[in-house]
Amino acid sequence: MLPGIAEAAKVAADHAAEVDKDARFPVEAVQVLRESGALAALVPVSLGGAGAPFESVARSCFELGRHCGATAMVFAMHQIQVATLVRHHEEGDWFAGYLSRLVDSPRLIASVTSEVGTGGDMGRSIAALSQAEGGLCFEKKAPTVSYAAHADDYLTTVRRAADAEAGDQVAVLSSRDQTTLEPSGTWDPLGMRGTCSPGFTVRATVSPDQVLAAPFATIASESMVPISHIVWSHLWLGIATDAFDRARAFVKALAAQKPGEPVPAAARLSHVLSDLSLLRGEVGSALRDFVEMSEEPGRPRLSTMAAALRFNSLKLAASEQAPKVCQGALGVAGIVGFKNDTPFSVGRHLRDTMSACLMVANERIHETNAGLLLVAKEV
Amino acid sequence: MSMPVQEQDIEQTVREVLAAHGRLPVSADQISASDDLYRAGLTSHASVGLMLALEDAFDIEFPDRMLTRSVFESVSSIAAAVSELLAA
Ligand SMILES: Cc1cc2nc3c(=O)[nH]c(=O)nc-3n(C[C@H](O)[C@H](O)[C@H](O)COP(=O)(O)OP(=O)(O)OC[C@H]3O[C@@H](n4cnc5c(N)ncnc54)[C@H](O)[C@@H]3O)c2cc1C
Repeated sequence: MLPGIAEAAKVAADHAAEVDKDARFPVEAVQVLRESGALAALVPVSLGGAGAPFESVARSCFELGRHCGATAMVFAMHQIQVATLVRHHEEGDWFAGYLSRLVDSPRLIASVTSEVGTGGDMGRSIAALSQAEGGLCFEKKAPTVSYAAHADDYLTTVRRAADAEAGDQVAVLSSRDQTTLEPSGTWDPLGMRGTCSPGFTVRATVSPDQVLAAPFATIASESMVPISHIVWSHLWLGIATDAFDRARAFVKALAAQKPGEPVPAAARLSHVLSDLSLLRGEVGSALRDFVEMSEEPGRPRLSTMAAALRFNSLKLAASEQAPKVCQGALGVAGIVGFKNDTPFSVGRHLRDTMSACLMVANERIHETNAGLLLVAKEV
Repeated sequence: MSMPVQEQDIEQTVREVLAAHGRLPVSADQISASDDLYRAGLTSHASVGLMLALEDAFDIEFPDRMLTRSVFESVSSIAAAVSELLAA
């Protein structure tokens, strides 16, 4: 785990119920994350950073997820953006300087990938870059931008130019003072309420060197997609683990009341544990696979179809398994789990994990896999 | 300098398969051998159809290491991969 995470998790836990109830940003925990250096932990040593291993970021997402799903999601989404910049900047470019600056002045980066009209299909954009006085500009209708009002920078996907095809995309980093956000909706969702993710029309004017040189398709397949799936599934596992722990605390309390008597809920708890174990096994093995593939020079395996299938499968499995564990925990704890104000409450956990299957719709991922399965050899 | 005959044939067949299965917004003969097919509008969905049709046309199987974006990036990169498999 990264330094500062234990403290941030504690602070996040103290405010989790209120953050959820009021659908407000977890300012206190994110402040701890900013001050501890955790937001910039992935910046490599060569750029003056701590060069923390990716595994420690993934484990931190798990740990935060055990205390507040929304805080964990904010942290995870920010780290996806940092990891992307670390892996795809070029020596001496604007992004190298940006990453160096992150070390001393932590900044929170939001993601503007989905778009009204293409939904969760990250591989196509409608918005495009065009020439403007002072650089390049774009306007993008974004249906969901998490913590947009609290971010310092925005990583946005757009078409390379007005006449570019939908799949010919680039990623652009704009700072808050280069960006205007026109609200286009409200945020009163079922779960992940503290991520504060309403819709906006995002407009920005940037200098040409704020556009990542690598084509977004490469960035997506080698980094953004697998990394998203890994950090998300770690935090979903964290939420499910806390739901399980609450159910277990309930069963222990029950057993303590009637020593020596059989506790039927204990057997149900065992069923929940077997679901949790499957989830834990898949999340852990996906992380190991990803780290192994990332360490190979040029990362050739990460751009294969087999790798796409591997990390898509992780996302599908984890997004189905996490709410299943939470629902199982609810079944164990019964009414005290259903109520929102007991030590055994798991309603928030269940609602938070229900967002997993639509953070890039599972059906969309199945559709992609269906094509890949036709040509991939070993899966 | 002209290409050896077999390589020319391969490139010609690749172009035919691309025209039939690439679903590009431009005509396949407007595309030079080194043009980026993805920038020309090849979608990931269409690329799967293209891969299958190429396997069929040349009676080959692309191994996993070749099933990457960079291999299917241009007519010449596809032709090079096909030549490698035919020579093996
Ligand atoms: C908590 C939360 C935070 C988010 N934060 C951000 C953020 O910060 N930035 C950002 O860019 N996005 C964010 N998103 C958006 C998210 O990642 C998805 O892109 C978005 O939810 C997709 O919207 P959609 O379900 O309307 O669209 P679609 O993906 O278009 O799906 C709509 C429906 O169509 C179905 N469908 C779509 N394609 C297919 C297909 N090929 N085959 C079969 N069925 C299909 C789906 O199952 C779904 O029911 C967030 C989402 C959540 C829940």
